[in-house]
Amino acid sequence: MSGWKVFGSRAKRLEDPALLTGQGRFVDDIILPEMLHAAFVRSPHGHAKISRIDVEQAQTMDGVQAVYTLNDFRPHLTNEHLVVGLPSPAYKQELDRPALANDEVVYVGKPVAIVVADTRYIAEDAAAMVMVDYDILPAVADCRAALEDGAPLAHSTSPHNILAQFDMGYGEVDSVFANAPHVYSESMWQHRGGSQSIECRGAVSFYDPIEDLVTLYSATQAAHTAKNILIDMLGLDENQIRVIIPDVGGGFGPKLVFYQEDVAVVLAAKLLGRPVKWAEDRREHFISTTQERDQFWDVEIAVDNDGKILGLRGSMIHDHGAYTARGINLAFNSALIVSLPYDVPCYYMDVVLAVTNKVPVTPVRGAGHPQGIFVMERLLDRAARELGIDRPEIRRRNLIPTEQLPYTKGLKTRGDAPVILDSGDYLACMEDALERIDFTGFLERQKKALQEGRYIGVGVANYVKGTGRGPFETVTVRIGPSGKIMVYSGAAAMGQSTQTMLTQIVAEHLGGDMENVEVVIGDSSVVPMGIGGSASRQTVTAGSSALLAAREVQDKALKVAAHMLEASEEDLEIDGNEIRVKGVPDLKVGLGKVAHAVAGTPGYALPGGIEPGMEATKNFMVDDLTFVNGTAAVEVEVDPETGKVSFLKYVIVHDCGTVVNPMIVEGQVIGGTAHGIGNTLFEWMGYDETAQPITTNFAEYLLVSAPEMPHIQMGHMESPTPLNPLGVKGVGECGVVPAPAAIISAVENALSPFGVFFDHVPLRPPEIVEKIQSAKALAG
Amino acid sequence: MKPPPFSYHDPSSVGEVISLLGSLENPKLLAGGQSLMPMLNMRYVMPDHVIDLNKVDGLSYINDEGGAISIGGMTRQRDLEYSDVIKAKCPLMHDALLQVGHRQTRNRGTIGGSLSHLDPAAELPAVCAAHDAVIVVQGPNGERDIPFADFPVAYMTPATEMDELLIGVKIQAWAEGHGYAFVEFARRHGDFAITSAAALLEVGSDGGITRASLTVGGVGAAPVRMNEIEQALIGQFGDEEKLRELCEACREIDALGDVYASSEYRQHLATVLSRRALVKAYDRATGKA
Amino acid sequence: MGETRKISLSVNGKTYEEEVEVRFTLADFLRQQPGLTGTHLGCEHGVCGACTILLNGRSARSCLMLAVQVDGQEITTIEGIAPSEDEMHPLQEAFRDNHGLQCGFCTPGMLTTLIEFLGDNPDPTEQEVREAISGNLCRCTGYQGIVAAALDAAQRLREAKGA
Repeated sequence: MSGWKVFGSRAKRLEDPALLTGQGRFVDDIILPEMLHAAFVRSPHGHAKISRIDVEQAQTMDGVQAVYTLNDFRPHLTNEHLVVGLPSPAYKQELDRPALANDEVVYVGKPVAIVVADTRYIAEDAAAMVMVDYDILPAVADCRAALEDGAPLAHSTSPHNILAQFDMGYGEVDSVFANAPHVYSESMWQHRGGSQSIECRGAVSFYDPIEDLVTLYSATQAAHTAKNILIDMLGLDENQIRVIIPDVGGGFGPKLVFYQEDVAVVLAAKLLGRPVKWAEDRREHFISTTQERDQFWDVEIAVDNDGKILGLRGSMIHDHGAYTARGINLAFNSALIVSLPYDVPCYYMDVVLAVTNKVPVTPVRGAGHPQGIFVMERLLDRAARELGIDRPEIRRRNLIPTEQLPYTKGLKTRGDAPVILDSGDYLACMEDALERIDFTGFLERQKKALQEGRYIGVGVANYVKGTGRGPFETVTVRIGPSGKIMVYSGAAAMGQSTQTMLTQIVAEHLGGDMENVEVVIGDSSVVPMGIGGSASRQTVTAGSSALLAAREVQDKALKVAAHMLEASEEDLEIDGNEIRVKGVPDLKVGLGKVAHAVAGTPGYALPGGIEPGMEATKNFMVDDLTFVNGTAAVEVEVDPETGKVSFLKYVIVHDCGTVVNPMIVEGQVIGGTAHGIGNTLFEWMGYDETAQPITTNFAEYLLVSAPEMPHIQMGHMESPTPLNPLGVKGVGECGVVPAPAAIISAVENALSPFGVFFDHVPLRPPEIVEKIQSAKALAG
Repeated sequence: MKPPPFSYHDPSSVGEVISLLGSLENPKLLAGGQSLMPMLNMRYVMPDHVIDLNKVDGLSYINDEGGAISIGGMTRQRDLEYSDVIKAKCPLMHDALLQVGHRQTRNRGTIGGSLSHLDPAAELPAVCAAHDAVIVVQGPNGERDIPFADFPVAYMTPATEMDELLIGVKIQAWAEGHGYAFVEFARRHGDFAITSAAALLEVGSDGGITRASLTVGGVGAAPVRMNEIEQALIGQFGDEEKLRELCEACREIDALGDVYASSEYRQHLATVLSRRALVKAYDRATGKA
Repeated sequence: MGETRKISLSVNGKTYEEEVEVRFTLADFLRQQPGLTGTHLGCEHGVCGACTILLNGRSARSCLMLAVQVDGQEITTIEGIAPSEDEMHPLQEAFRDNHGLQCGFCTPGMLTTLIEFLGDNPDPTEQEVREAISGNLCRCTGYQGIVAAALDAAQRLREAKGA
C-alpha cells in the first residue's frame, strides 16, 4: 500500500546474513566447556514388557559418565509423565508419555535409558551395550484393526484401543440423505508422513548452582510450553528454569511437542553438574519424533440434479499412535475443515482416534487440513463426473459467495467458538486460478496431447482454513536509552522470518529503519507468557500485538518529544532514530533522548505527567479464527507405462489478507506446496505388521527434491480480515492444504481415457500402473 | 549415527593393500566412501580395520588403446563423466553416469567401489554387464581377469576373494557410431533405479541390426543380460511395435519384490524400459536422435 | 579415546594441525575442532547434502568422509565463501535477494554445491540448476528461491567476469 515505509515491502530478511555466512547458532552448534554428549537406548519393539535393564557394562566403559533409567530419575520427578494433551471431553483414556520407559514399551523408538559420555561416539558405543530383556507382546499396527473385536491392546493396561471419539455436524442429515436424488459414497485412505525438518531435534542443558537455575536450549517451537512442563515434572519454581530457542532448522509441527529426551537431558545435566547435549540423528527422528499418519474415511455426499450439495456425512478412523503428545486437534481439524468453502446445508462426521503401537501422531504443517479438503474435493469431483458437470462448474454452484460473508457455519472450533468465515472472495479466487492455468483451453490441449500419445490432465481444488489461533501472543516494544528499539515476544521462529515480520510492523511506526529494531524471541525469560510458532498464527497474534505496542510507544514518544521540542504532537514525525518537526530539519531529538527522559531521574518528575518507560506491552486477544482461502490448479503429465507423474504447471492463488512482506508470503506458500507435493506423490512412512518402521532413512522415505518440483506460479488476493488491526491471516500452512486434492484430480483427469480413479494419497507409480492394467484387463 | 571404533590404514601401494587384507581380521576397504560411510555411520557394518584406498598410487586412470578401454579401480565417477574417451568410446557409460547419484557423490564415488558394492540397482554394474567388461583383480598370487558375467556371485557379493583388490575394469568399445541408451526409472533424479535398461546396437548400412546387447538392472540380484532378445534383434529394423513384442520377454525375468515395488511392477518396467532403450539406441545408431 | 592420528589441513585458507580420532567424520571434525559449525549435519547418511563442503574445490559430503582422510588437503566451508568479513559472495547476496533460504539449515550445502556448479557451468538453465542441487534437500523453500538465486548469481558472476 502506498505511503508505507517498510510495511508491505519485499524487505530483505534480517535473519539472512548470519545464516548465509555460517554464523547461525543452531542447538547442535552450542559448545560449552565440560560439555557431555547423550545418546538414547530405544525400544526396538513395537510392543513389549521390559523384564530387566542391565546398565553395568555400559556404565563402566571408558568415557561413559552415566546411564540413567526411569528408576534413577524417579526421586527427582514430581510428575513422571509429560502431561501435554489439549483438553477435550472426547477422551476415553489418558495416555501421557512417561519420561523414560517404565515396564512396558509401546512403540519402536521409545526412549528406555539415556547414556551420557565424553563424546557422542562413545555414548553410542555404550548405548549398544545396555542390555534390555524384552518379552514381546502382540502389537497393533493398523488403526482399523485396532478397533476390531479381539484386537490386541496397544497398552496392556488399557481397557481398549480407543483414545477418543467425537462427532460434529449440523442440519437434518438423515432425512436429507433419505430424500436426496443422488448420493455418492467413497472410501479414502490418507497418509501423511513426518516433518523431516532438515535439522533434527536437539537439546543442550546446564545447571548453574550459583543462580540455582536450569537452562535448556531446545530446538522447539514453544519455549514457554517446555518451561511449564519442566516446572510440572521437576517441581521447580518459575525462576529456576529458563528455556531458550536458538536458531531452529525447520519445525513444521513436531517441534511444537515437548519430548521425553528434553526432560532426560535436563535431569542428566542437573545430576552430573555438567552441560549435556543431545542432538537427535536422522534415524532417531524417523522413529521418535511425532508424525502424521493414517486416516481412513467413509464418506458420502448428497446432491441434487444440478450438482448443488444437499449434505455430506461420514466417519473417520484416525491413527493416534501410542500416546497423546498433543491432543485430538489433528483429527478435529480434519473433520472441521471438510465443508468450509461450500454451502453445505447439513453435515455430520463421526471420528474415532485409535491407539496404535507407533510413535505418537501430532500435527505436521497442514495439521489435518489437507485431509479434510481432499475428502470434500474428491467428493465434488465424483459428483461432477456422475452428473456430467464440469469440475469448476460444480464448485461455482456451491462456493459460498462473498456477499454472504461473514458466514456462520453450523460448527464450533475446539474452543467451542462458532466457525465464522470472515472475509474473502472464494469464487474470484478460483476463477483467477482457472484463468492462469487456462482451464478453458485445456480440453483442446489435452486432445492434441492424446493424439501424440501423451496423457495430460488438469485438476483444481479450493480450500478455506482457519488460521491465527489465539488466545494471544505477548509483545513488548521498548525504546532504550541507546535509541535502539527492542521487541520482545513469546513467539518462536523456525525459518518463517518472524524477526523480519515483527520488525517491519514495528519499524513502520517507529522511524522506518529496520536496522534500528532488535527482535528478541524464543526465550522464556523475556516475557512471562508465550504460546509459540504453530497453526499459522504468529503474524495474526504477535503481529497484532506488535502493532498495538508500537503504536502506543509511538504516541508516547511523540508526546514526550512534543514536550521536549516545545512543539505540537501533530507537527512531529519519527524518522530513523530521531523525532523531528516536519519541515524544520534542525528541530529534532533522538529516540534515545526521548527514552531517557522517561527512564526516570531520582527526585524529578517525568515530563508531561506520563507513565515511566518508553515501552508498551500488548496482548492482542484473538477470539475467532480468521479464515484464509485459496485455490490450487495443477496440470500434470502421467506416463501410463511407468506411473510417473510430472508437473507441467502449478498455480496457486491465495488470500491471506494484508501482506506484510510479499517475498516471505510467497516463500511460505511455495514451501508449503512442496510439502503437499511430497505428501501426494513421494512421502510414505511405512510400518510392517509388527509395527516395525520400515522407512527410516532418506533413501527409503522420499522428500521431494529440486528436479521434481515445478515452478509455482502464484497469485495474491488481499481481503483484509476485520478480526485484527493488521487485517492479516495466517499463511504458513496454506500451500500444503489443497495440493493432494488438486494433484490427484489432475492425475485422474490425465488418465481419463483409461477410466481409473484414485481414492488415496500418497499415490505411487506402481499403483498407477496397476490400476491402468486392471482397467485394461476389465475392458478386455 | 557415528562410526564404531576401528583401526585405520592408508597404504600407498596395491601390494600393501593385499598384504593388509591377508593379515588383518575383519577389514573393510574404503574407496569413495559413498556406500561404506553411510553403512559405518548407521553401524550396519562394524569392521575392526578400515583400509583406505585413496592414497594408493596408480589406480586412477582412463586409457584407450585402439578401443580397448581400461579404467583404474579408484577412478572417480566425475572423472569418467567428464572424460572425452568415455564420451566418445563408451557413451553408454556417460549416459548412465548422468543418472548416478548427485554431483557430490560422483566427485567421490569410484567405479571400483560401485562394482565391489554391487548394488543390484546401480548403474555402473549394468554398464559393465552390457559391455561384457572384464574385471581385473589382484591378490597375493598376482592379477586375474574376471568376465563381468562371472563377477556377481550372489546379492551384493562379487567374485573377489577376501585377499583380492579390484584394481581395474577393461571394456572393449563397440564400433564407432553404435547406438546406445541407458534408460532408468527412479522415483527422483539421482535415486537408485527401481529398474534400468541398457542397450547397445550396431546397425548395418541397410538399417538392420547387426549386433545387440540388452541389460536389465534393478530386477534381480545382479544385472540381467537378455540374451534371447539380443539374438532376436539381429536383422530387425527398429520398428517400435516389433521391439515392443520382443521386450515382452522381460516379463519372465525372476524379479525382486519389496515394499516399494512388486516383482510384477519391476517386470513391467523392464519390459517398458527395454523397449525405450532399444528405440533410443536405434535412433542414435541411425542418426535420428 | 580410540585410535588417533595427527593431521594437517587447510580450512578456508587457514592451516590446522590437529589430533583426530580416526573414526571421526570430517563433518564432526570441522564442527568440533576448528569449531566451524556452519557445516550442518542433516542425515549423516549422505542424502540431505547439508554437510557439503568443498574438498580441493570439489563438492563432497563431509559426513561421508573421515577427517583423517583429508590430511594435507584444502577444505572450504560456508564460513570461507565470502571474500571478506563485511562483504558477501555474489551467490550469498543472490540468496538473500531471492529468498533462497528460510530456516537456513540446508544453506551451507546449497552454497558450496552451487559454487562448484557455477564454476563448471557459468550459464546454466533452470533445469540444470535443479539437477545440480538434486543432492541437497530443502524442506522450507520448495527450491524456487534457491533456483532463482542460483540463476541470478550466475548472471552476477558472468557480469563481474565480463567487467
